[in-house]
Amino acid sequence: MRRAYFKNNWIAALVVAPQLLIIFIFFYWPSSQALYWAFTLEQPWGGGNEWVGLENFIFLLSDDRYWHSVRISVIYALATTALAMGMALILALFADRQLRGYKSFRIGLIWPYAVAAPAIGLAFRFIFNPSAGVASYLNYAFPDLWNPVMNGSHAMTMVIIAGAWKQVSYSFIFFLAGLQAIPRSLTEAAAMDGARPLRRMLDVQLPLLTPTFFFLLVINITDSFTDSFGIVDTMTSGGPARATNLMVYKIYEDGFRGLDYSGAAAQSIILMVLVIALTFIQFRYIERRVHYT
Amino acid sequence: MADISIREVRKSYGNDEVVHGVNLEIESGEFVVILGPSGCGKSTLLRMIAGLEDISSGEIAIADKVVNALEPRERGCAMVFQNYALYPHMSVADNIGYALKVAGMPKAERAEKVRQVASSVGLEEFLDRRPGALSGGQRQRVAMARAIIREPQVFLFDEPLSNLDAKLRVQMRHEIRRIHNRVRATSVFVTHDQHEGMTLADRMVIMNKGTIDQVGTPEQVYNAPATAYVAGFIGSPAMNFLGGQLSARHGAVMLENGAMLPVDARLAQAMDGQLVQIGVRPEALTLCQPGTGSLTATFEFYEELGSEGLHHLKIEDVPFSVLSETKMRLEEGTEIGVIIPQEALHIFGAETGRRIDTAGTARIGVMA
Repeated sequence: MRRAYFKNNWIAALVVAPQLLIIFIFFYWPSSQALYWAFTLEQPWGGGNEWVGLENFIFLLSDDRYWHSVRISVIYALATTALAMGMALILALFADRQLRGYKSFRIGLIWPYAVAAPAIGLAFRFIFNPSAGVASYLNYAFPDLWNPVMNGSHAMTMVIIAGAWKQVSYSFIFFLAGLQAIPRSLTEAAAMDGARPLRRMLDVQLPLLTPTFFFLLVINITDSFTDSFGIVDTMTSGGPARATNLMVYKIYEDGFRGLDYSGAAAQSIILMVLVIALTFIQFRYIERRVHYT
Repeated sequence: MADISIREVRKSYGNDEVVHGVNLEIESGEFVVILGPSGCGKSTLLRMIAGLEDISSGEIAIADKVVNALEPRERGCAMVFQNYALYPHMSVADNIGYALKVAGMPKAERAEKVRQVASSVGLEEFLDRRPGALSGGQRQRVAMARAIIREPQVFLFDEPLSNLDAKLRVQMRHEIRRIHNRVRATSVFVTHDQHEGMTLADRMVIMNKGTIDQVGTPEQVYNAPATAYVAGFIGSPAMNFLGGQLSARHGAVMLENGAMLPVDARLAQAMDGQLVQIGVRPEALTLCQPGTGSLTATFEFYEELGSEGLHHLKIEDVPFSVLSETKMRLEEGTEIGVIIPQEALHIFGAETGRRIDTAGTARIGVMA
């Protein structure tokens, strides 16, 4: 690989400065601030704080509501990941078969990635509105069949579907690229060996997709822990009765609604550690086993 | 065992026709090599036989059964791919046995069969390895074993040796012939390498721009090329070509530089005035004193080939080479004579490129 060298170091510094500044302002500074707040008790309206050590964490870890939020976050993460990757894989397998019109499909399937989470949330809130559209007919025929405003698991289902829909395109792009990187002659060889399309998929294409699969698993799980805010905020605001109060949303709610800066800071530290640990475990122990040469 | 019958087969991608109405009969147990430059449609033809490519029009029959609409697995063909196409996530044993696994053969029986076939190609020590841990030659053997184990009616080879180094290529060539002699399955072998074609083939098919120029035994193709294209493609070093005109009065071909090469009098009579291209193989020529031979050329440079020497000459700016055991290292620009025996002349129509034989008629296309 070619490297660029700068004779004057200050030019190099000038070039990287904007990026460093952005990272510093929007990541390191808030993170370090959160880390500090997590060990202190902040006053809601400013004006001094008190060092409390691990008390914020002890309080959180003995709080049933917090554990509830962790539990539903894990459910949300696993469900959206499974749903999004499953859908993306099926779509990619079909797009890869190059059936009629697959090119326009391919572009259409990539678009949702460019849609912002709140926009998706609003659109799905409209689609799943219990008193309008399809759902209202269903509710008319079978009362209370679908009511995410009242029923917690309905609300969760709705948030999961919207979250998965948002993730599908990202996984789709990677799965399709992965499938297209498999030499055509391999599937042809399998065809000559007598395998039908489904068999070829199971025996040849899917095994060769495992590196892509694990990469996407990491990205999707991490994303669904940290990136669900926009959807939850627009669709349910964490309700009903905290049924969709995911970790990331709870941080916002406790911090900015409840003005419990310290509790929120402690929660974000826990979430950050969780995501780092997940990523580390997945890359360290799982991905290592799935490489072919 | 099965014969293959290819009738008026065409292939087009959109409006672009790449195979133009090919007819070919391949006998059961025969080893046929399809030879041609890249882009001549030879691989496409092979893939149509295999069922990996749709047939745009025409018919392909294997063992008297039209296979146009059949899936690859229903055609009874095995194929060896150019890049081997081994499954990288399976062991050598699983690669070889995959077809049997798909066919539902019990595990124990399969393992036994895999071991037999692997030992027949010298792979028994490598059964547990992944293809990534094998050398090029070993991968090639796995690909062969994977084809052999199915006991197919037809073997298809798509340039299987082109990724190997020269020495291994010769070795594998011999091995393929040996396997063919033992198994005697109908084989179709596609290559752009004329040496592979000449050495392996019972019969050769020379393709050019989507059509078959000639079908024949290696000797026939070498001794009586049907077109100027075939003549130039087969033989190394390549054949020399000179432009000229048949003249009944002289009973000869009059070359552009005025030199006369005597030909059969009846031919000159029948096609008086016909513009022709004459071809002579470098190995059929002899060097002599300037002015004493059939024509005079100027010396350009010399290439040493060991047992023989290749002399590069020029006749009026047309390159011309002579291969002979008598080695002459001359100064560039020196004049030298060349003797062209009459029987070494290949005469082709200047426009058609087709061979003109002594009967004075153009011999067309296929000679089976």
